[in-house]
Amino acid sequence: MHALKKNRPLRRIVLASAATVSGMVMLLSLKPHASPAAALAVPAPTGSSSASSGTGGTTTTGTRTVTGDTVQTRWGPVQVRITVKSGRLTDVTAVTYPTDNPRDQEINSYAIPRLRSEALQAQSADIDTVSGATYTSDGYRQSLQSALDSAAS
Amino acid sequence: MGTVFSFDVRGGEPLAVQAALREAVAGLHRVNEVFSTYRDDSQVSRLARGELTVDDCDPEVAEVLELGAEAERLSDGWFSMRYEGRLDPTGIVKGWAVERAARRMALAGATGVSVNGGGDVQLLGVPGPARPWRVGVSDPLRPGGLAAVVSAAGAAELAVATSGTAERGAHIVDPRTGRSAVTDLLAVTVVAPTITWADCWATAAFAMGSREGLAWLESLPDVEALLITAGDEVRCTGGLAARLG
Repeated sequence: MHALKKNRPLRRIVLASAATVSGMVMLLSLKPHASPAAALAVPAPTGSSSASSGTGGTTTTGTRTVTGDTVQTRWGPVQVRITVKSGRLTDVTAVTYPTDNPRDQEINSYAIPRLRSEALQAQSADIDTVSGATYTSDGYRQSLQSALDSAAS
Repeated sequence: MGTVFSFDVRGGEPLAVQAALREAVAGLHRVNEVFSTYRDDSQVSRLARGELTVDDCDPEVAEVLELGAEAERLSDGWFSMRYEGRLDPTGIVKGWAVERAARRMALAGATGVSVNGGGDVQLLGVPGPARPWRVGVSDPLRPGGLAAVVSAAGAAELAVATSGTAERGAHIVDPRTGRSAVTDLLAVTVVAPTITWADCWATAAFAMGSREGLAWLESLPDVEALLITAGDEVRCTGGLAARLG
C-alpha cells in the first residue's frame, strides 16, 4: 500500500515486484496449524544496507545488497535480502522465515523459491502486476518492499 | 476475504492521492466486515441466516446482490451466489471491491491506477507517458512462470481476472449438480473493461469447461480470454492476440 511519489526507475521496480508478490494469496495464513513459530535467523548485517564492490567500479553500475525489515507474521518473523545491480533487482533471498516444524519447512521449501522467482520474473518481463498468482506471503512482501525502498533511497 | 490487495498509483496531487488511498483501504476493510462469509457477525452471514433483511444491511449489499443476480442470469447459472445452498456472494464481492477501490483513486486525480486483489486486476489510465499497464498471467503448470502478458495499450480501462483450482480450491460449483465443477481447465483468464464482470465470467467459464466456456466467452462483447487445460493446451478467444504484448 505505497503511493507512488516519483517515477524513478527503481521505484517502478519496487512497485512491480511488490505487486507481484502481493498478488498471491496469503501463504502463511493457509497453514493448517497454529503453533508459535521459531525463526531461523541467518546472520545478517546489522545495518539495513551493505554494499559490495560493483562490477563497473562506480555507484551506478555497482551491486548492492540490502536487507529488508523483519516483519512479524502469524507464523513468525520473515526477513528478505535483495541484490540490486545497475538499478535492477537480481536476487531475492529469505534470510529469516519460520522453521518451527516439518510442515513449515515443507511449505517454505516450495514457497520461498517460488516467491523469489515471481519477483524476478515480474521484472524481467517488464510487467506491473500478475493475475492468477497463487500464494502470497504478506511478511515476505512487506520485507521485500522495505528492502527495495532502502535500495532506492 | 483472506486476500491481499495491492495498489500502484501514478500521478495526481500527492496529498489527495494519499487521502484517497487511505479511504480505499478503509473501504476494503469495511467490505470484509460486511461481506465475509467467514465471520458469523458479518451482515452477509446474518442475512444468510435470515436474521437481517437486505434493507437492514448497508446499501452496498443490495448493490452487490443485484450485480450477482445479473451475473447469474447472463451466465445461465454457471456463476452462482449460492454455495452449498447458502447465500455466498464471495464470487462477485472481490471484483466489485477491486473496481470500486480503483475508481476511488482515479476520482481523486490519479492518472494511472492498478489495483490487484488476490490476482484480479483493475487498470485505469496509464502508468506513464508512452507506456501502457502490463499484466503477467501466471502459468498454472510452471510456478513462477508466465503464460502470457496482457497489455492495456489503447484502453482507458482494462481488467484481468483469473479463476482456477489453485486459487480458491473447489469453490466453483456446477449449477446442474450443485457439486464442485468437473472441468478440464486449470485456469481461465478473462480480459474485459471491468474486473467486476471479468471475475464473474472467469468463474463461470471455468465451471463450464474448455469447449463450452470458450464458445460462451467468445459470444460476450468486449471480452477476451485465455484458457489453460489440464493437458497444458492454451485456447484463446479470437481477439486476444491484439491484447498480448
